[in-house]
Amino acid sequence: MFSNFRSYYMYLFLFLLAGIIFIPLYVSIAGGFKTIGDLRTNSLGLPTEWIVSNYTSLLVDNKFWLFTWNSVLYAAGTTFLVILLASMTAFVFAHMKFIGSRFLFNYFILGLTFPFATAILPLFLRVRDLGLLGSVWAVILPQIAFGLAFAIILFRGFFRQMPSELFDAAFVDGCTYSQFYFRFTLPLSTPIIATVAVINLVGSWNNYLLPLIMINSESLYSWPLGIMVFRGEYITDWPKILAFVSLTLIPAVVFFLALQRFIVAGLTGGAVKE
Amino acid sequence: MQSPKFNALLSKYSTLVIFIIPALTIFTMFVVLPIIEAAYYSFYRWDGYGDPNKYVGLKNYKYLFKNKTFILSLKNNFYIIAISLFLQLPFALLVALMISDKIRGANFFRTVFFLPYILAEIVTGLIWAYIYDGNYGMVAAIWNFFGAEPPHMIAEKETAMIALYIVIFWKYFGIHMMIYIAGLQNISKEVLEAARVDGAGPVTTAWRIKIPIILPTIRLSVFLSILGALQLFDIIMPLTGGGPSNQTHSMVTYLYYFGVMRMKFGFGSAIGVVIFLICFTIALTYQRTLMRKD
Repeated sequence: MFSNFRSYYMYLFLFLLAGIIFIPLYVSIAGGFKTIGDLRTNSLGLPTEWIVSNYTSLLVDNKFWLFTWNSVLYAAGTTFLVILLASMTAFVFAHMKFIGSRFLFNYFILGLTFPFATAILPLFLRVRDLGLLGSVWAVILPQIAFGLAFAIILFRGFFRQMPSELFDAAFVDGCTYSQFYFRFTLPLSTPIIATVAVINLVGSWNNYLLPLIMINSESLYSWPLGIMVFRGEYITDWPKILAFVSLTLIPAVVFFLALQRFIVAGLTGGAVKE
Repeated sequence: MQSPKFNALLSKYSTLVIFIIPALTIFTMFVVLPIIEAAYYSFYRWDGYGDPNKYVGLKNYKYLFKNKTFILSLKNNFYIIAISLFLQLPFALLVALMISDKIRGANFFRTVFFLPYILAEIVTGLIWAYIYDGNYGMVAAIWNFFGAEPPHMIAEKETAMIALYIVIFWKYFGIHMMIYIAGLQNISKEVLEAARVDGAGPVTTAWRIKIPIILPTIRLSVFLSILGALQLFDIIMPLTGGGPSNQTHSMVTYLYYFGVMRMKFGFGSAIGVVIFLICFTIALTYQRTLMRKD
């Protein structure tokens, strides 16, 4: 009896909490379908009249797709290169003995505690002086640099757990280090690659501060920059802004639900294991 | 000279160099050097053009610590940390304890509670900026329903920070909950079974067994929470932009508005260095003391 009583309150609490999570998302999506007057008098209910033009006008807007495409580029470029460079470096740390390896590893690890904000102004100057402002590299290179440390730790931990017999056998057969890396290490590392990929994809996709500093031409805007400019243009025309918000919300939620296992492992497992 | 052994060594070291140089170069150029340069620039007054030549010593720092807005932003950062540690994390732990067992609907609740974490900060900020809007938002609707004059939560000094705390709570408790769940699921079944046989109820088990066992996980989440709070930026921008009248700045939004926007590279770097020193000190003491055992 007591147990039922307790679980009743527990479920009440959990559903209430779920409601608190859902309601802001629901009012945003519904709000995108409302007129401004409807939104004012009927903020919580379904739209009195469903206005789809807020959504459709964005979906036929070239800029909307341009910003999305740019974000795809930033995220894909960053993720691919972090995986490649970090796994190569971690491979060296895991399999090769050389003088200074411990020192070099600690050098990378130090990067974990470096706050991005501290680097932002010198980073801007470096990118400017390299002539990279106005190119996708202005965003991608710093993102790679700040993604490396954690990725190297994750890869190194994973590579070290691979059976050393495999390596010995391949080495006796005349396999070189680089052949081993491409033929065995990478193909056997899909779980950790997925983890690193998720961390960097989500980080890059949602990043705001870096593109805000680096990018001044609209043709290179990522979607978070685009949505903030959009907000600035429409100020209190909330239905339009909420439609934009919802259009970014839906793919994020779908992506999350489809790949939930990897995403949760990526964003928590990585942190928990180290 | 061309012995197989020599060739093998040559192959090893060339691979080593080729594998490590790209990461090392990018990391040095875009992480390590900028941090060192920030320290250097912070002693200058400089607009970013030409070489920094107006050496001002510690003036940037002196100005910073006399500046009320910066002090407030520093305080805001620490309030956010305090609220995270004393409210958000215990709450996340409570929820984690409820749904780490295989109760009905556990997966559903996990998914829902984690969901806000994957949303972009910008989007989260915009959604809540709408909710708090005194004319159109949800908060206004609720107040109107009770016939009260709706507040403009993020436009008023007294309530803007509270509004921000709520959003931070909403967005980030899920990640900590997930971290705790991962820790709780690693507890061996035998231990829990033994506790059950000894007649320990859920509360006793949680308090005496589960929480002590996942203490390393809790320390980790505390650490992540502090470092995250110190670097808060994205979520503030669409919500309050540091306003009203500079009441809700974090150190990073302060850096953005008063360093970056005004092209004050020396002053901005000094702010960055302060953020760095705080993060670094916390990380170092944390690793030296609390996390060494883990």
